Amino acid sequence: MAIIEVRDLRKVYGGRAVVDGVSFAVEEGEIFGVLGPNGAGKTTAVECVEGLRVPDSGLVRVAGLDPVADHREVTQLLGAQLQESELQAKLTVREALELYSAFYEKPVDWRPLAERLGLGEKLDSRFGKLSGGQKQRLFIALALIGGPRVVVLDELTTGLDPRARRDTWQLIEEVRASGVTVLLVTHFMEEAQRLCDRIAVIDRGRLAALDTPAGLIGRSASSTVISFTPSRPLDPRELAELPAATSVTTDERDGRVTVNGTDDTVNAVISLLARQHVTAHQLRVVDATLDDAFLHLTGATT
Amino acid sequence: MSALATPTRSRRTPSRADAAVFKAELALFRREPGSLFWIMVFPTGLFVVLGTIPVFREVGEAIPGMRLIDVYVPIAILTSLLMASVQAMPPVITGYREQGILRRMSTTPVRPATVLGAQMALHGIAALVSAALTITVGALAFDVPLPKQGFGYVLALALSVCAALSLGALLSALSRTSKAANAVGAVAFFPMMFSAGLWMPVQTMPDMLGRIMEVLPFGAASQALSAAGAGDWPSLAHLGALALWTVLLTGAAARWFRWE
Repeated sequence: MAIIEVRDLRKVYGGRAVVDGVSFAVEEGEIFGVLGPNGAGKTTAVECVEGLRVPDSGLVRVAGLDPVADHREVTQLLGAQLQESELQAKLTVREALELYSAFYEKPVDWRPLAERLGLGEKLDSRFGKLSGGQKQRLFIALALIGGPRVVVLDELTTGLDPRARRDTWQLIEEVRASGVTVLLVTHFMEEAQRLCDRIAVIDRGRLAALDTPAGLIGRSASSTVISFTPSRPLDPRELAELPAATSVTTDERDGRVTVNGTDDTVNAVISLLARQHVTAHQLRVVDATLDDAFLHLTGATT
Repeated sequence: MSALATPTRSRRTPSRADAAVFKAELALFRREPGSLFWIMVFPTGLFVVLGTIPVFREVGEAIPGMRLIDVYVPIAILTSLLMASVQAMPPVITGYREQGILRRMSTTPVRPATVLGAQMALHGIAALVSAALTITVGALAFDVPLPKQGFGYVLALALSVCAALSLGALLSALSRTSKAANAVGAVAFFPMMFSAGLWMPVQTMPDMLGRIMEVLPFGAASQALSAAGAGDWPSLAHLGALALWTVLLTGAAARWFRWE
């Protein structure tokens, strides 16, 4: 059963449709990613799910409830971590946990939660004195404190160092393992590829694609990247004519060639090299990443 | 501008959640030594300093039958009320909005209005405690008689608190940032204090000026408290002005307040 259902969601600001007819459904128990460039409308869309914004048209349901009309009921089963929010600087971690657990009908015990999130030593620290990573962990704790069925995490790892980011990923996997559905908003490809079961790619307010990470990568015309340094220069035209090759680039400095294509392209490159008696140094054949798929889907030019 | 979806809840009972919010805000309030000083210590301190000046303890010609120090009890009380509602409270509330604290709270079953309620209650209580302190010090140190029309005094004080807090709420609504709230609070403070009579009791003001002051919230409050203190029932005009200001300012605050 879908725990979150979004159908034809539309939200307009100042005559511009920030979210323009987006539909998706999140199944219970999955980590569902909402991926897109900055300003694509990701946050606006999930804020409609959280009941923070009223859709101009379309339908949003959380466990069958309307996040605006049934706000109180929805907040009992949906925990949120917002992209930009703070707590009172002089509030201690313990006070924040006690305060927020008093808000819910059936809160989880905050002590083991704080331990699990590595906040056990920090209970008497004030919010204003916490590091970025500790603040984020506290916000995860507050999102989970009501014992929700689904949590919405918006740009959770932005601003964290790589180590803290990896720790946070581990945490999100643990959250899902405990049976909570996760709606994850991100613009990090690596994060989406690593964590998400399915991803909705949103671009300029519209749903560009909805698939598993592998499905998104496979959908792109070039699912394989071949790179090598030839023993002598090759004719770029011959390379470009290889079957299924979508792009060929040659590094000016070291002559390294990179070909985007499919499995067919790999075989064709190898035959070409053999025919011309060219040796390929440091030949690498790798799967395209979500990054490549994303650029393909959104037509971004970065 | 996007209005935050916080529909009014019909099923609302003061609960564990409201108590928890009040408790947390009380703990935070006690960690602001600046606010505590200006609300709880400064007004009575100023009153004591004035009381040590001999001329303040003599019956003069300006106000028949009263010493200046007697007149300064309500003025000190209104000073603390202004400190609480206009100086201290708006930057806190505006900061909560600015930092997304209200927004974060509106993703929980608790409405952010609970925080505003707790803030207003706390600042109101702090000002009332400060008022009790001023009255006690006045009675013990300077023989200022306790208010003779007790019920009238409590009524005038209650209306004054409501008017002051609604003014603070309006400032919180109109200021986008806590910096702006600080600035606006400081600017509003001086005319309000003038109308309360800090520099020149309203009784000693020239006729025309005095009459204008009596219509302003703190001028009316000052006059109502003085009257009740002296044993008269506060004039209906002064009480009415306070009630009217409360209604107008609250309405304006509710009209312009934004949750984000």
